[in-house]
Amino acid sequence: MLDLIYEMFPIAIISAVPLIITGLGGIFSERSGVVNIALDGCMQIGGFVAATLLVILDGMGVPGAIWYAIIAAIISGGVFVAIHAFASIHMRADQTISGTALNVLAGGLTITLCEIIFGHKSTTAYGISAIFPRITVPFLSDIPVIGRLFFTNNYPFTYFAYVLVIVVWFMLYKTSFGLRLRSCGEYPQASASMGISVQKMRWIGVVISGMLAALGGASLVLMTQTYFHGGSINGLGFVAIATMIFGRYHPAGVLGAGILFGFAQVLGHYTNSLPLLSAIPSQFFSMFPYVLTIVVLVIFSGKSFAPKAGGEIYDPGKR
Amino acid sequence: MTSKKHSTLVVSLIAVILGILVGCVILMVTGRNPLNIFVALIRSLTGFSINNPDRGINMMYPLNWLLSSMPVILTGLSVAFAYRTGLFNIGGEGQYIAGSIACAAVALLIDLPPVIHTIACVIAAALAGALWAFLPGFLKAFRNINEVVICVMMNYIALYFNDWFVRSFLPIDEFTLARTVNFPETVSLGNLGFGTASQFNYGIIFVIIAVIVFWFVMEKTTFGYSLRATGFNSEGSRYAGMKNRRNTVLSMMIAGAFTGVAAAIVLIGNYSYGRIYTGFDNFGFDGISVALVGGANAFGVLASGLLFGLMAASETQFQILGIPSEVSDLIQAAIIIFVAMQYGIRLILDFLDRKTMKDKVKEVA
Repeated sequence: MLDLIYEMFPIAIISAVPLIITGLGGIFSERSGVVNIALDGCMQIGGFVAATLLVILDGMGVPGAIWYAIIAAIISGGVFVAIHAFASIHMRADQTISGTALNVLAGGLTITLCEIIFGHKSTTAYGISAIFPRITVPFLSDIPVIGRLFFTNNYPFTYFAYVLVIVVWFMLYKTSFGLRLRSCGEYPQASASMGISVQKMRWIGVVISGMLAALGGASLVLMTQTYFHGGSINGLGFVAIATMIFGRYHPAGVLGAGILFGFAQVLGHYTNSLPLLSAIPSQFFSMFPYVLTIVVLVIFSGKSFAPKAGGEIYDPGKR
Repeated sequence: MTSKKHSTLVVSLIAVILGILVGCVILMVTGRNPLNIFVALIRSLTGFSINNPDRGINMMYPLNWLLSSMPVILTGLSVAFAYRTGLFNIGGEGQYIAGSIACAAVALLIDLPPVIHTIACVIAAALAGALWAFLPGFLKAFRNINEVVICVMMNYIALYFNDWFVRSFLPIDEFTLARTVNFPETVSLGNLGFGTASQFNYGIIFVIIAVIVFWFVMEKTTFGYSLRATGFNSEGSRYAGMKNRRNTVLSMMIAGAFTGVAAAIVLIGNYSYGRIYTGFDNFGFDGISVALVGGANAFGVLASGLLFGLMAASETQFQILGIPSEVSDLIQAAIIIFVAMQYGIRLILDFLDRKTMKDKVKEVA
């Protein structure tokens, strides 16, 4: 049994990392008071930009192409989500509608650009050598059990996600910036009376969420796929939203929830090793992460951890 | 504050025009000829080809336009119905697949005389769509869980559930292994192609009935009034004794039923066999744009459904003219964004009004 967990864990972590990174991004937006269901679209943009640049730059033989690809993905996510920020902060748009529009836009834009750049509905495949190798962290990997589970033979994205959890926690709970950002999502009128620019804080929150979601999308495509196509993200942006809600809008919670959802996604690959599960049709394992999301939301409903002003239009003239 | 003097219709039209302009700009930037969009749209609308004027008018194109409008009008009604009750039905894809499963099951597993069999299939699809929409509505009403996230989860669950259900319980076509056997001849929507190759069919009757039912229920019944009140001010309507929770669940289920009918019409009219989906048909998502542009009322949705149907029908023309067919997705997304930003559009319209007023005052002076 322990061997099976050792075998499953790295793969579950790979599935968990994009959810964790994107979910952490979602915290920034929600905590500032803007509901961002465009996370899915941002992941698509990030995955597309990273894959495209990697194919092109690596093909030209640029050293360290992956770094340019990832940085470009992060920036493109921030630019893309600015549409949502502008619509919901300045144009009083319904945040759900504007987010949905961005999701549709991302689907159309990425595939259109694929057709224009590559001549078909996906990017061409990049070489395995172009992406980061897996690494083992010295010292930390020597810790019994935990070392083997968390710090051995993982992609650098994974270690980055761990660090990011701590950084986000520090930013939100230990700095004045974090306090201000959170206050804008709870009671924006009170924040404004203290001289905080609610609009500015919300812009920062939304743009960071878009950048991290794009990084999440890029990490998903680079770690688990060899090219970007229309089904690359497959609604995982919404699972990331569920990860954030299940994680109670807190970085540590998102880490735990992300690993749980990671396991849910890979369980289907291990039915042969688990005789109890082999009788269940494979389609049910494909459904499992989505069903689990609903179950988790039902369990956590009633107790509200959500920011109070989330989704509300901020009208500076209102008191 | 902005005034409401500029009607939803004007705002919608401006959003549509701006959306098409965005599509044109993207094509220009990527080095394609944006005028081809209009060549394609006119071809689909009238059957007349600007590039080959001597070919005359081919009625197949306008009929195909109506054919591709049918499902999006229905899913547009679906999103609009929920929207009037303050709900966002993004679960159309799941409800569509659920409807498709029920339609195929009734078509293949039950023997009934013609016409009645077809009607039974459509009703089964409507019920299945309603059933699939029950959970998001119920959880929203009684647990206050965001219906958007649940709807999206239900979409993916439907996708895999369909694969399992169809493979396990319906007769599979042994040559492809990727669909069921053909429906019996008792299940048919006929053909209204008027001698052309178009698959246009009597499904249009169900669409017309749906538009009238939507209008009647929403605008002319006390039930519709209480639904709208729930959407407009849930606290106020609860205070006035309306059953908000019941309204939320019922509204979502009725919305699901509209989408279920869309699935049945597409399945019987265009395929005539049970499908195993590998991805979404996107009619449910298209319904969102249709409903928003149509101002979430019955006849507005009919009009905007015809507009988006035109866009969908033009996709093959787009490709022939060297335009990536996903451009229609881009235009659609741009239109939703502009509709969402209608506050801004109204601000600009008000500003222009004031300016013309001032100019007039100056002229008089």
